[in-house]
Amino acid sequence: MRQLCKGNVAIVKGAVLAGCRAFYGYPITPASEIAEYAALLIPEVGGTFLQAESEVSAINMVYGASSAGMRVMSASSGPGLSLMQEGISYIAGSELPCVLVDVVRGGPGLGNIAPEQSDYFSMVKGGGHGCYRNLVLAPASVQEMFDLTVLAFDLADRYRNPVVIMTDGFVGQMMEPLDIQLREIEQPAKDWAVKGTAETRKNLITSIFLETDVLEAHVNKLEAKYQLAQELETRCDEYLTEDADVLLVGFGIVSRVLRSTVDQLRAQGLKAGLFRPITLWPFPSRELCKTAQHVKSVMVVELNTGMMVQDVKLALNGTVPVEFYGRTGGNVPAAEEITAQVFARTSALV
Amino acid sequence: MNGYEVIHEKSPAFYDRFERKAELQQQTHYCPGCGHGIVHKLIAEALTDLGLQDRTILVSPVGCSVFAYYYFDVGNVQVAHGRAPAAATALKRSCPESIVISYQGDGDLAAIGTAEIVHAANRGENISVFFVNNSVYGMTGGQMAPTSLIGEITTTSPWGRRASNEGLPLHVCELLAALETPTYIERVALNDMKNIMKAKRAVKKALQIQKDGGGFSLVEILSPCPTIMKMDPVVARKWVGETLVKAFPLGVFRDRKPELPPGPKIPVKTVAEALEVEESAPEIASPRRHHTRDLTLKIAGFGGQGILLMGQLLAEMALREHMEVSWLPSYGPEMRSGSAHCHVSLSHERIGSPLITQPEVLIAMNELSLHKFAASVVSGGLILYNHTKLPEGFSAPQARIVCVPASEIADRLGSAKVANVVMLAALLEETECLPAESAISVLETVVKNPRLLELNRQAMKAGRDYVDTEIEVGAVAQPDGYSY
Repeated sequence: MRQLCKGNVAIVKGAVLAGCRAFYGYPITPASEIAEYAALLIPEVGGTFLQAESEVSAINMVYGASSAGMRVMSASSGPGLSLMQEGISYIAGSELPCVLVDVVRGGPGLGNIAPEQSDYFSMVKGGGHGCYRNLVLAPASVQEMFDLTVLAFDLADRYRNPVVIMTDGFVGQMMEPLDIQLREIEQPAKDWAVKGTAETRKNLITSIFLETDVLEAHVNKLEAKYQLAQELETRCDEYLTEDADVLLVGFGIVSRVLRSTVDQLRAQGLKAGLFRPITLWPFPSRELCKTAQHVKSVMVVELNTGMMVQDVKLALNGTVPVEFYGRTGGNVPAAEEITAQVFARTSALV
Repeated sequence: MNGYEVIHEKSPAFYDRFERKAELQQQTHYCPGCGHGIVHKLIAEALTDLGLQDRTILVSPVGCSVFAYYYFDVGNVQVAHGRAPAAATALKRSCPESIVISYQGDGDLAAIGTAEIVHAANRGENISVFFVNNSVYGMTGGQMAPTSLIGEITTTSPWGRRASNEGLPLHVCELLAALETPTYIERVALNDMKNIMKAKRAVKKALQIQKDGGGFSLVEILSPCPTIMKMDPVVARKWVGETLVKAFPLGVFRDRKPELPPGPKIPVKTVAEALEVEESAPEIASPRRHHTRDLTLKIAGFGGQGILLMGQLLAEMALREHMEVSWLPSYGPEMRSGSAHCHVSLSHERIGSPLITQPEVLIAMNELSLHKFAASVVSGGLILYNHTKLPEGFSAPQARIVCVPASEIADRLGSAKVANVVMLAALLEETECLPAESAISVLETVVKNPRLLELNRQAMKAGRDYVDTEIEVGAVAQPDGYSY
C-alpha cells in the first residue's frame, strides 16, 4: 500500500523495518528530521533514542551499541560527519556494523544548508585515518531512501563495517509515494558481540594491534572484505543507454534531473542515456565500462567541483572522453541547463 | 595482619594467563609501583564478591589502561580517547542487565573526554566510572594532564605548570558534584594500606549501586606513576599521600539516590503501526477511475499561508488516484513569515526531476511570488493569483492568468487559514487535473476536527463556485498554445 512520505522519514521507517532499535544522534540541518522522526518512532517500537552532547559522542554511542550487537544508526550532515570521522575509523577498525546517513549540505566550513554532493571524498574515500572503506549508497527517490536503508543494515552486518547513506536535502525533504512491504527481516547471529552475558564474556571489541605483523594481518583481513564487496555489491541503474551516443553519469538528486535531461536531449535529436551509480563505494566500474563501450562521450554531473568524475575516469581509463559539469553552493541545475551544457561540450564528439 | 583479610589467590575475574599480551604472559604491562595494578585488583575482587563477572562489560580507554582487556576475564570493549562514557552509555542501554565499567585516566576523562563524562553523569547513566588520576599522561611519555599540579614539571610544561598559562588543576569530583543526577562520587587514594582499603570499599560500593539500578557513580583514585615521576615506587606512593592528596582532598562528594521527576509514558506500537502501513487510506478499487492529467506546479507565497500543505494535499490526491507524484519544498533555517514555495509534479509516468524550473501552473498566493515566478511559467501555462486583480502594469503574456481572491473568500468564510483550500478548489476547477471528490476525501483524512472539516468543505465549494461564476472565459489573455 503506497503512502506519501518524506525522504528523511522513509529512512527512519526503513530502519524500523530492518530492526534498528538504537539511534544516537545530534541535530543539524538538513538532517534533523531523521533524528526527530527517530525520536518518535524508535522508542515506540521498544528501542533507544538518545540525543548526544555532540556528534563525537553520538558516533561513540553508535560504537557502544554496535559492540553490544544492536542494529544501530545515526544521521547527520557534513560538519557533523566531519566530527564523526575518528569514530567511523574506530568502527571500521573494530569491525562493527552501523548505518550512518549523511544528508549532504553546502560546504566547506559552515557553508549552507542547501544540497551539495561535496562529501563524496570524505564518505566514499574515507575521511578518517587508516586503511578502511565505507560502503556508500546513494538513493535517488523516497522509495530508495527506504529500500537502501533496509539494505544498508544487511550490508553492515554482512561486512561488519559502516555503511553510509549519502543523500542531500532535496531527496531528504522530497515527498513521494512509498510502498512498504511488511516482512520479517532476519538478523544474523552476532557471536562476536559483547552483551554482558556468560556466553559473550570471552569477546573483545578493539582496533588496537601493537605488533606490526598483527596489525598488517588485520588490515589485510579488512582489505579482503573490501575486495569481496567490490566483487559482489556494486549496484547501478540505467536509462536509455542501449543506443546512447552521450552517456550522462550522476547520482542521487542529480540523476533525477539527468533523467529529464535525457528526455530533453532525445527530443532534440541527441541520443543520450543515463548511468546512475547506486553504490558509490564499491563503485560500479565494471558496469560503467560495459555501458560506455559504444558511447562517443561521457558527461559527469555532480553538485561539487568534480569528485565522482575521478572514479568514472579511473573506470574508463581513457577509453572515452569524459566531460564534467558541476554546480555548488546549493545550486541544483535544471534539466534545461544541463541540456545546454551537453550540447556545448559534447556535440563536437557526436 | 590485624584488621585485614589477606587474600592469597588471584581473583577469578582475572585471566590466569594474559594471552592477549604478546609476551611475558604471567606479568602485567604496568610498571612496578603503578597504581593501575592495584585498581585492577580492587575491581576484579569486587566483581567476584558481588558475583558480577559474567555480566560485566569493561570499557577500556586510551592511556596506560588501554590494555585492561589483557587481564579482565569479562566482556571487553576498547574505545577511542575520552569516549568511554559515551560508549558505556550505549552499551548499558543496549544491555540493561549488564554491569558496565568505564575505566579512565586523567587525560582521557578530564581533558579530551570532558564533555562525555559531564553528560553521562548528568543523564545519571547507571554505570560505574573508575577514574585514575596520577596527574600526568603516562602512556605517551609524561605530558601535562588537566590534573597536573601547579609547578609540576612535565614534558609539555617544562618550567612547571603555570596557572596563568594552563589554569588550575581540574577537580572532577567537585565539578560533577555540582550536578543533581549522580548518585555516588568519592575520591580515594592509593598512598597507604588504609586508603587502599577505603578505595576497595568505594569501588565495591559503586558496583553495588549499579547492580541495584542506583544510577551514576564515579570513584576518583589518586594513583602513583613512579616511572614518569622518576621516583621509586615507595617514594611515588608517598608523594601521592603528601602532595597529590593536598591538592585533591579525599572524601565523599555525593552519596544519595537522586529524586528525578517521573517521565511521560511512551506509547507502544507494532512495527506495522509505526510504519503506518495499516492506517493508510483504503485502496481505490479500480486504478484511474477518475479523469486525471499530468501537471507540473509551483506554489508560492508567505510562510503561514499553507503553501506547503496545499502542495501536499495535491500530492496525496494524486497518490490516491494511482499517479506518480513528487513534492519538493523550499527549505531554510526555521523562520516564520518568510517566503515559502513548493514544487509539485503529477504524472502517469516515472518522474525525473522533482525540481520544477518551468512550471505549467504557478499558484501565487502573494504579489511577491507573482513577480518572482510569473516569467518562469511555460508558454501556454496558467497562473492563479490570490487577488481580485493584477498589480498595476503587471503582465505575463505567455500565460493565462486567473485572479482568485482566495484570502478574501476565506476571510468571509471565517478563517484566513483556508485560503489555500479555496485556491486548491479553483485549481481543480480550472485545470481538471484531479477530481474534487478526491480533495474532499483527502481533507477528511487530514482534518480531524469536524468544525474545521466543514469549513474546508465550504472553502472547496467557494473556490469552485468563484471560478464557475466570476471568471469570464476570454476575460484574460489567452495566448496560443494553451495546452491543457
